[in-house]
Amino acid sequence: MTEEVKRYNIRMAGIGGQGVVTASHIVSNGVVISGGFSSLVPFFGSEKRNAPVESYVRISNQTIYEIGEIIFPNVLLIFHPSVITLGKSYTMPFYTGLKQNGIILINSKKPIPFTRDEQRELDEKEARIYYLPATEMANELAKTDLATNMAMCGAISGIFGLPDPASLAASVKDRFVGKGIVVSGGTAALDSAIEKKFAKKQKLLEANQKVMDASIQYAIDQGWSEAEKPAKATA
Amino acid sequence: MANVVGSSVCRTAEDEGKPADWVPGGEKQTVVDPMKMFHELPREMQFITGSEAARESMRRANIDIAIAYPITPQSESMQQAGYLYDEGFIKEYYRAEEEIGTFSAISGASRAGVRSLTATSGPGLMRGMEAISSWPGARTPIIMLNMCRVINTPLAIQPDNIEMSFMLNTGILMLHAENQQDFYDYPLAAIMASEQVDVTLPAVVSVDGFFCTHARGPVKVTPAEYKLPPRDGWRSAVPAMDNENPPARISRDAPIQKSNFISYHMHASWQQEVFAAVERSAKYFRDYLGGLVEVINPGADDFIIASGCAVSQAREAVRQEGEQGRTVGLVKVKTIRPFPVEEILDAVKDAKRILIPEFNQAGWLHKEVCSVLYGRCDAVIKDGPRVFGGMTMPTEMILEWLAEFRKEVK
Repeated sequence: MTEEVKRYNIRMAGIGGQGVVTASHIVSNGVVISGGFSSLVPFFGSEKRNAPVESYVRISNQTIYEIGEIIFPNVLLIFHPSVITLGKSYTMPFYTGLKQNGIILINSKKPIPFTRDEQRELDEKEARIYYLPATEMANELAKTDLATNMAMCGAISGIFGLPDPASLAASVKDRFVGKGIVVSGGTAALDSAIEKKFAKKQKLLEANQKVMDASIQYAIDQGWSEAEKPAKATA
Repeated sequence: MANVVGSSVCRTAEDEGKPADWVPGGEKQTVVDPMKMFHELPREMQFITGSEAARESMRRANIDIAIAYPITPQSESMQQAGYLYDEGFIKEYYRAEEEIGTFSAISGASRAGVRSLTATSGPGLMRGMEAISSWPGARTPIIMLNMCRVINTPLAIQPDNIEMSFMLNTGILMLHAENQQDFYDYPLAAIMASEQVDVTLPAVVSVDGFFCTHARGPVKVTPAEYKLPPRDGWRSAVPAMDNENPPARISRDAPIQKSNFISYHMHASWQQEVFAAVERSAKYFRDYLGGLVEVINPGADDFIIASGCAVSQAREAVRQEGEQGRTVGLVKVKTIRPFPVEEILDAVKDAKRILIPEFNQAGWLHKEVCSVLYGRCDAVIKDGPRVFGGMTMPTEMILEWLAEFRKEVK
């Protein structure tokens, strides 16, 4: 009996400087660490702050063949409300191509007032819209809004269980500390210069971890977890 | 004064700030038989971008010289080549001033008998086309990595592989990589095939830009301590030459420079030999790549023929059709030159419908396939679907075309 194909095609949209591309690398790498399959493609124009950024991540428990941007996602991650309210996006309206009954996770502490047409189309698609106060979480727990992307990554883990929290944490370490470096601050062999830098990175990792943990818990508390209701998705 | 130690012409390891006892990485590697490298050595899986896959390929390719001029999306791979130069896996490396210079210089390097690598993308390729189209006739084995990019207006940096159509009739060996894995494997195979004495031709490995170069995928690599055998410049159809004292002119010389029947005759036989050499390379690619094509679901009524990224999209379409209980065949064309005529004919001999998805406006693969199958196959061949300007082809598009096709051709 072959295992049922689980497939999540995620389109992430945000604005330059938020770490959208970083988030996609972290999620994708985390899935691979956990033994799953993943691929990602970033898409951006000139690299500058506040310019639209998209990144596409495919996640599966089976081999992934496709490449390139995801035209018909079943998951959308909106990293900033202005993607919707100011149209800071390569994809307009932001839900274009969303599969029926897809999930939209929006970084906003309160619901966004959609236009009548937008609301109608979202209703027709039976889109499930979740609001995550990611920036607030980042500010509160990591003391910087730069950790917003960590909250978004955590929510992916909370909702899909892929990557699992441990693999996600390992992926974040990979990204910020680099492969092969064991995280143990007290190692005597490190000279003082490296130690200083290391301590900083260790602090960064801890702050990121706090945000991810909180976000994973938030997703579970809100009842967003797909673990009990695996959505069978096609490309 | 050329070749003075410390001059920009011939820099030593010391000039580059290396310690006196520095040993280049390449000298620590062991030469291995190509067939052993391609088929027998153990492989480790890495989750890397296409640019990094190109780097790992170059690391094992025993390259003597690399010359390139940056252009998106090629730049990242050649930046990686810079690291290889620093580590001593590429012996010489410099950035040329623009593409005509790049491709002229790399031709001279190859003519001198060393393994020569360059890389470019769409518009850069088009700028250097004059020099590139002179490579095959000069019988210069060169490996060029081509990260496909839009060349037509409106300007874009996204992958659209129309530029490949401009190389079809040059006499260059052409491979089309589907993914990061191919972009690791194909350059190594292309180098060995291009340097065979009965081939002696340049080879271009194209890959669809960002979707492979800037995206991560699983790549199985052989141990880095093994490298390909070096190029033997004397073992080629046109022997290597001392560029400072060339034994003959490459152009048609004075008495026959003017057009007359002798010059036409010479040109014809020379060109016929170039294109015959392209065909002779097929046997090497069959060995190195395990075939010029990959066929999935042979004997199916419906077939998709594709190359590059379109193959990946087609694989997913085949999988989804399979879930619905419908068998769809797929031919992945690995080598565009030599074109796998007999392999394609054999694969689709019982097919009723053939779809050819492409990432370009011209439909060059469709034209190639039609020219091969005309009069030799009963299938109806559909000229599409196609996406332009660097857009990804959604799998849904292939599925829709298949559904329509079944209605049209019973």
